[in-house]
Amino acid sequence: MHKPKEKTVYLAVSITMLTICALAIIIPIMIVFMSSVSDESTVIKYGYTLWPQKFSLEAYDYILTRFDVVGRAYAITIGVTFVGTLVSMLISSCLAYALAQRNLPGRKVFMFFVLFTMLFNGGLIPTYYFYTTVFHIKNTYFAYIVPNLLCSAFNVILLRNYFANSVSPALRESAKIDGCSEFKIFRSIIVPLSTPILATIGLLSAIAYWNDWQNALYYVDNAKYASIQQVLRNMTNNISYLANTSSVPSASRQVPGLTVRMAIAVLSMAPLMIAFPFFERYFVKGITIGAVKE
Amino acid sequence: MNRSKILAKAKTWFPFYIFMLPGIAYLLINNYLPMLGLYMAFTKVNLVDGIFSGEFLGLQNFKFLTMSSDFPLIIRNTLVYNLIFLILNPIVGIALAFFMNELGSKKILKCFQTSLLLPSLLSIQIITYIVYAFLCIDTGIMNKTILPTLGLDPVKWYTTPEVWPALLIFVHFWMRSGFSSVVYFSSMLSISPEYYEVAELDSASKAKQFWYITLPLLKPTIITLMIISLGAIFKSDFGLFYQVPLGNGALYKTTQTIDTYVFRGLTGSGNLGYSAAAGFLQSVIGFVTVILANWVIRRISPDDAIF
Repeated sequence: MHKPKEKTVYLAVSITMLTICALAIIIPIMIVFMSSVSDESTVIKYGYTLWPQKFSLEAYDYILTRFDVVGRAYAITIGVTFVGTLVSMLISSCLAYALAQRNLPGRKVFMFFVLFTMLFNGGLIPTYYFYTTVFHIKNTYFAYIVPNLLCSAFNVILLRNYFANSVSPALRESAKIDGCSEFKIFRSIIVPLSTPILATIGLLSAIAYWNDWQNALYYVDNAKYASIQQVLRNMTNNISYLANTSSVPSASRQVPGLTVRMAIAVLSMAPLMIAFPFFERYFVKGITIGAVKE
Repeated sequence: MNRSKILAKAKTWFPFYIFMLPGIAYLLINNYLPMLGLYMAFTKVNLVDGIFSGEFLGLQNFKFLTMSSDFPLIIRNTLVYNLIFLILNPIVGIALAFFMNELGSKKILKCFQTSLLLPSLLSIQIITYIVYAFLCIDTGIMNKTILPTLGLDPVKWYTTPEVWPALLIFVHFWMRSGFSSVVYFSSMLSISPEYYEVAELDSASKAKQFWYITLPLLKPTIITLMIISLGAIFKSDFGLFYQVPLGNGALYKTTQTIDTYVFRGLTGSGNLGYSAAAGFLQSVIGFVTVILANWVIRRISPDDAIF
């Protein structure tokens, strides 16, 4: 019998290939982490390495002295992620719930209105014009929350499908007969019954807000409003960004720029990485639900 | 219909229009207003006074854009990178999904899936730092460790445009293959095991099973994803092409795409009028491509069309 042998060969090949890919992903991330806990002078001498030539928390120590900048950026990112995700879920699920009503007059028109945004858009320059000249969101917190991220047609469609297919219309009808208002029905029946999809959409939205840097690039140039991603971006161009922006007087010592960069990178990715095992299930659902046709 | 019936109907549905209002208003502001702004491409662009205050120039922006030396470059870069991604994405995604499917053990599968998905959590800024840790001229791993070990001379990565096509393609797959493999894997899981059982009875080899069962049943997913990428064929991942090469002018030859070109118009290092024209072309051609791709698919196999 050649069968079992064939199976073993395929298993071995699969494990080998996947191991190579997994290492190719993990090693670079490890390098960022290890560089952040390396001694600056050894990094200058030997370059970034997979294992610190000399262990040092100097970079994190330095960040602590510049906490007014980094802490603020962190607070902005957390706040923006929180508010953005919440508002985004509220707007999207309300819109989706209305679109899930099969008999709603004008439903097709509104569906098209939503879907069309997936096919056609005005592009960067007109968008930039409206947000800056007409709505004046430059250098405000709105700049992080509103443009592009608040409500995507894609999320609305996913939510609509869930509301239409997985929540029984009979429930709504009976609540209606009991005299519940539509808003109460939505809040106390539909939302609790839709937690899986809401968790998935909320998660994708939170990751998008946490990692967003383009809104900052286009609409924020005041260091006072810099998010953590914006601090990272500024540090790629300017190694002494932290020292220049901070109101704390600079010590005379050299900025350990090479390791500080990596330390901020670690700080910015750590929350998502640490929480990943807990939300991976929802994340996987989020990426597969949209692409696989029903 | 009499009056009271209309009133009753209005009363039933009114709350739902209130539900819709914020979302619709947002899409109007965020998506539809800018479509109006596409008119700017035909004017002397003026971001201060308003879209309609700029002098009307007709096709002049387009004329100068298409005559500039940037034009063939940004079109070529955008198209060629996207075509490469378009062809390799399903191959890489399906290959990884196939390997995941062979594992059999849920625990091992989970480990691999977690590691492959990690890059999807990273912002482009982090990716930029990772790439920088490898390519930095004096302290990068390439120049300090890998190239000397191989006995090669250091390379000035950030000023050598020739190395970037390969780098960007690699980084693209580094970031995205986990994501697409999970999509393909989940659609592989939905294939009924009976097909494979029958094939086993006929002692069909694994390769044959893959070719005659897995691949045809993955076709709808492949086509859906391909139409989506076709629709985005004039778009590029701005972060990948702008931020990862550190926005470096010396690398334009191989990193400048339509999106980075449009952005440079905004920053003042390019011409705003040409950028608006490029943005206009990108929006319109992108729209036409997706409609066309869907139409072609509808002709060939109606079930696979996405709308």
